[in-house]
Amino acid sequence: MGVDRREFLKIAGYATLFGLGGTAAIDILAPGELEASTTGIPLTQGKRWSMVIDMRKCLAQQDKKACEDCMLACHREHNVPDWGNPKHAIKWIWQDKYEHVFPDQPNEFIDEGVEGKPFILLCNHCYNPPCVRVCPTQATFKREQDGIVAMDMHRCIGCRFCMAACPYGSRSFNWGNPRKAPKNLNPDYPTNKAYPERSKGVVEKCNFCTELVAKGELPACVQACDKIKVHALNFGDLGDPASNVRELLQKHYSIRRKPALGTGPNVFYII
Amino acid sequence: MLDRALKGTTGYWSWLIFLLVLIGIGAGCYIYQYFEGLMITGLSRDVSWGLYIGQLTYFVGIAAGGVMVVLPYYLHDYKAFGRITILGEFLAIAAITMCLLFVFVDLGNPVRIMNVILYPTPNSILFWDMIVLNVYMLLNIVVGWNVLAAERKGIKYQKWVKFLAYVSIPWAFSIHTVTAFLYAGLPGRHFWLTAILAARFLSSAFCAGPALLILLCLIVRKVSNFDPGKEQIRTLGGIVAYAMILNVFFFLLECFTAFYSQIPGHMHAIEFLFHGLDGHGYLAPWMWTATGFAVVALVLLIVPATRRKEDTLAVACVSVIIATWIDKGLGLIVGGFTPTMFDTVTPYWPTTPEILITIGVLAVGFLVLTILYKVAVSIKEEAAA
Repeated sequence: MGVDRREFLKIAGYATLFGLGGTAAIDILAPGELEASTTGIPLTQGKRWSMVIDMRKCLAQQDKKACEDCMLACHREHNVPDWGNPKHAIKWIWQDKYEHVFPDQPNEFIDEGVEGKPFILLCNHCYNPPCVRVCPTQATFKREQDGIVAMDMHRCIGCRFCMAACPYGSRSFNWGNPRKAPKNLNPDYPTNKAYPERSKGVVEKCNFCTELVAKGELPACVQACDKIKVHALNFGDLGDPASNVRELLQKHYSIRRKPALGTGPNVFYII
Repeated sequence: MLDRALKGTTGYWSWLIFLLVLIGIGAGCYIYQYFEGLMITGLSRDVSWGLYIGQLTYFVGIAAGGVMVVLPYYLHDYKAFGRITILGEFLAIAAITMCLLFVFVDLGNPVRIMNVILYPTPNSILFWDMIVLNVYMLLNIVVGWNVLAAERKGIKYQKWVKFLAYVSIPWAFSIHTVTAFLYAGLPGRHFWLTAILAARFLSSAFCAGPALLILLCLIVRKVSNFDPGKEQIRTLGGIVAYAMILNVFFFLLECFTAFYSQIPGHMHAIEFLFHGLDGHGYLAPWMWTATGFAVVALVLLIVPATRRKEDTLAVACVSVIIATWIDKGLGLIVGGFTPTMFDTVTPYWPTTPEILITIGVLAVGFLVLTILYKVAVSIKEEAAA
C-alpha cells in the first residue's frame, strides 16, 4: 500500500472528521477490496465528479458473458428507448471497439488484450466542454458546484449544434417521439415513472445520474456494475485528493479519449 | 410601392402560382415532419446536420454576395452599379429569408425558438449568427426600400440611408464570417477546423452571389423594359472571375496542407468526398461534377473573349453556381461529419420529404425575390418613361 502510519492516521482522521467512520478510510486506502467502493462518501458534496473505468475488470467480466448490465440499468433509469435503428440510436452509456473509442491511437501492432475489444463509452463530462460553449440557449450547461455537464431537455430547441461540437459522439437526438419507438423493443416504456420523459426533437446524454447523486446514491451504471461484484466503474470526486478515483489514478496508468483537443475529459480508462 | 407586384403578365402570374404550388408541397411535408420529428429526414446521430444546414450556409453566401454591387457603388463611387444596387439588396433579402427558414425547419423543437432570445448566450456562435443575419436583412430592407422610394419620387435618398448602406458593407462580410465560425471552432471536426474556412466562404460567396445576380439581370432584361446594363454585367463578370479563382485557390490550399502533412484526420474528409472512405464513395460523382463545372467556369471566366460575351458568361455563371452549390450546400456539411467521431463512415442522403421541404423553402425565397424584383423593375420602368 505504501501508506505509513502517519498518513493512515491523517486520512482516517479526516474521514472521521467528515463523519464517515472507519469503512470509508478502508475504502480510500484499499478501493475495490470493500464492496461498493464509494459507499458512505457524501455524494452530494463532490467538486469534480469523474469516472474511472477499469477496463481490465470490465473485459474480464465480458469474457465470462456479454455483459450489458450498466447499459441496461442506465437506459431503464432514464427512459431511453430502443429505436432498433443504429442511425437513430439514443446512447447514454454504450460499447464500441477500442479502435473506435481511441481513433487517435492507431497501432497496427496493438496487443490482443485490447484489439477489437468492447470499451465502455459515456459522456466525458469535460472540464472544458465544447457542447456547452456552442449551445445557444444554455440548455446544456456545466454545473459550477460539481462539474457535471447537465442537460435541460425542456429548454433545448433541437438545433444539434452540441452534437456537432462534441468530439466524442456522446450526444443523441430524439429523431422521433420516444413514445412512438417500436413497442416490441420497448414493451414496458416508460421504464421509470420517476424520471422525466422527453418530447421529440431534443438532445440528450449521460447526466452522471444527477438525480441519484442528489440523493446520495451512485450512478445507475456503477450500481449495476457493483451489483455483479465487478467494480469496473468507479465514480468519485477528483476534487478530493483522498477520493477513490484519485487513488486509482495515482496507482494506475490511465488514458482518456482525445485529450489533445483540450476538452479535459473526466472519464478515465485503466487499460 | 408593393401594389406594383399586383399587376403583371400571365407569365408573371404563372410563375408565382408555380412557386406557390412548390411552397404548398413543401409546407405539407413540413407538417409531416413537425408531427413525426426529424426522423423523416436522412439525418442520423452521426450526420446530424444535412441538406437544410447546407442550404443555410449556401444562401448566407448568396446574401453576402449582394455586397459586391453595393461596395463598388458606395465606397468606390462606381456610378454604373447605381442602376443595380437595388437588385443586389433585394437578392440579399430573399436569400436571408431562406436562411432563416432553413434554420427553422432544421430545429427539432421549433416552438421553442424564442429561447434563443429569452436566454441570450454570447458564447454561442448561433446566437451571433441570429443577430447578424436579422440585422443584415433589416439593413437591406431599409436601405433598398428607401433608395427605391427616392428613385420613384425622382429625388436623392437621405443621408442616413447612405450611412446605413455603409454599415451594410462590413456587415455583409460579418454574416459569412460568423457563419463560418459556426463550423471553424469545433474541436475534432477536422474538415471544418481550419482558419481559412471563413475566407473560403467569403470567396465562394463573392462568386456565387454575383453569378446569380448576372443571371437575374439577364432575366430582368428579357422579361421587362428595364436593362440592368451591359457595363454592369461585364463588371460583375470580372468580380465573379476573381472570386472564383480565389475560391478554387483556397480549396487547393486545404488540399496541400492535408496531403503534404499526411495527417489522417486532415486527409480523410477530402478522401471521402472525392474518392470514398470505407467503401462509401457516394459523394465522389458529385464532387467531381463540381470540379468539372469549376474548371469550365474558370476557363470561361479567365479567357477575356468568353467572359465579355454575355452568352458564354451566362454559361460560366451557371457553372459557378452548380460548382459552389455542390461544394458548400452538400459536400461541406457531410464532409464535416465524415468520418464520424469513431473513425467510421455513416452515409447520409436526404429523403424525398426532406428534399421537398428544401424546395419549398427555395420557392419561398424565389417568391420574395420575384415580388421584390417586380416592384423594383416596375419603378425603374416608370422612372425611365
